[in-house]
Amino acid sequence: MNECTERSEGREGREGREGMPKVGQGVSVRVRGLRRIFGSTVVLDGADLTVGRGEVVALLGGSGSGKSTLLRALAGLDAEATGDIVVPDHYAVVCQEHRLLPWKRVIDNVKLGLTGADAPRRAVEALTEVGLGDRGRAWPVELSGGQAQRVAVARALVREPELLLPDEPFGALDALTRLRMQQLFGRLRERHGFAALLVTHDVDEALLLADRALVLEDGCIADEIAIPLTHPRDQDDPGFGPLRRRLLVRLGVPTGR
Amino acid sequence: MTSVVEAPAAVEAAAAPVRVRGPRRWYRAVSPIALVVGWELAARFGVLPPDKLPAPSEVLGTGWRLAADGTLTVHLLDSLTRAATGLAIGGTLAAALLRIGDNTIDPPVQMARMLPHLGLIPLLIIWVGIGEPLKITLVALGSFFPLYFNTYAGIRDIDQRLIEAAKTCGLGQWQRLRHVVLPGALPSLFVGLRLAIGAAWLSLVVGEQVNAQSGIGFLMMEAREFSQTDIVVFGLLVYATLGLLSDVLIRIAERKTLAWRRGLQAA
Repeated sequence: MNECTERSEGREGREGREGMPKVGQGVSVRVRGLRRIFGSTVVLDGADLTVGRGEVVALLGGSGSGKSTLLRALAGLDAEATGDIVVPDHYAVVCQEHRLLPWKRVIDNVKLGLTGADAPRRAVEALTEVGLGDRGRAWPVELSGGQAQRVAVARALVREPELLLPDEPFGALDALTRLRMQQLFGRLRERHGFAALLVTHDVDEALLLADRALVLEDGCIADEIAIPLTHPRDQDDPGFGPLRRRLLVRLGVPTGR
Repeated sequence: MTSVVEAPAAVEAAAAPVRVRGPRRWYRAVSPIALVVGWELAARFGVLPPDKLPAPSEVLGTGWRLAADGTLTVHLLDSLTRAATGLAIGGTLAAALLRIGDNTIDPPVQMARMLPHLGLIPLLIIWVGIGEPLKITLVALGSFFPLYFNTYAGIRDIDQRLIEAAKTCGLGQWQRLRHVVLPGALPSLFVGLRLAIGAAWLSLVVGEQVNAQSGIGFLMMEAREFSQTDIVVFGLLVYATLGLLSDVLIRIAERKTLAWRRGLQAA
């Protein structure tokens, strides 16, 4: 993987998606020289990464390492990030908190921004897919945390994204709900074949869901670890232990073994 | 139409306090009734001189007479027209200024907020005279400030993360205004509207006492000249009823539009 050593000044300032080359076959996301500075703090210092078509890449890193900043830049939510960013036209974001509009019923939240005559049908289908087909008329306040998060996933899926950008999507859920959501994510990925850049601080989550893990450190991608395990995965798989230890050491948490 | 039915989850929580509140509400009516009965008795037995404060029954009788011969309707309609026109102008002004944006508009408005708008009457008389424009300007000014400040605060308090979520769902600026900003600011807008209507009635009370030819305030001022205390008191009663009615109407509108806050299900 490229390290931060190859940084050309010329890349900076050429941000924005207009006029960018289309994503080539086989590549969903290409980021080159991504920089973001908050005041005098350099958070992203020329990060480079690619995500293949249909590939799930976990972005790991310590607290404050800039994982979410990177994701926000990719989602087009950060106008001050500079660098070359290429993402597909159809992408969707899922955040740690569900971000449903409280004044819209569940079904209308899923439908938000959809156009076309088949929008209601697609919204119902997406809700059904996450197991909430019968809750469309409910208000968001009536849902549990896990249900609300599933609605948020449905709202992302209904846009038929080529790329999903989940930012610690299950981080605020209890352990059992998180496990169910991770299984749901696996099933949905199998069915829809979207690529994803999954921001997480949970090493096990990365090992369960991702094909590859990137470690963000000092503003750039410091390490890349392939996760060549077969799906469906289980935390008891023999391949888990060594990979987990390796990732934890890389993240500065030696396991003592 | 929509009928309001409580969600299954909310039923248990909501039912318990209602049962407790039922009898308590009844107690709250005791002291106002006692007050009116005491007033009636005091007037009947001559403790209260009739030219200072006539009995409530007499006030109601006068009101009935004014309603029956059409006088009340004429003056009430004039007052309501002034209130509605002034409110519409104040509301339009607030919406227009909020739309333009805050950096140039907000500082002077914040400064003007400290000025009691009724204190402007001498200046307004010089500017717009003592006719109808004065009353409407007063109502518009009185209602503008609460509408502007509350809606402004409501818009600023909207969770930026929701705006971001709308952005990532592909909503443009106008759609964000419609689906996120307006519904998000609606609770504050209702607070503003309630205060604005209060301010509108207050402005009307004062404005209609300056050279008015019609309206409830005029009715009261004219009655004062002929020492018809019963009409003066009845005018106060009309103002109070108007204030109460508008408050109830806003509460109903709030219940209908803000059902999502309590998680009610409309079938």
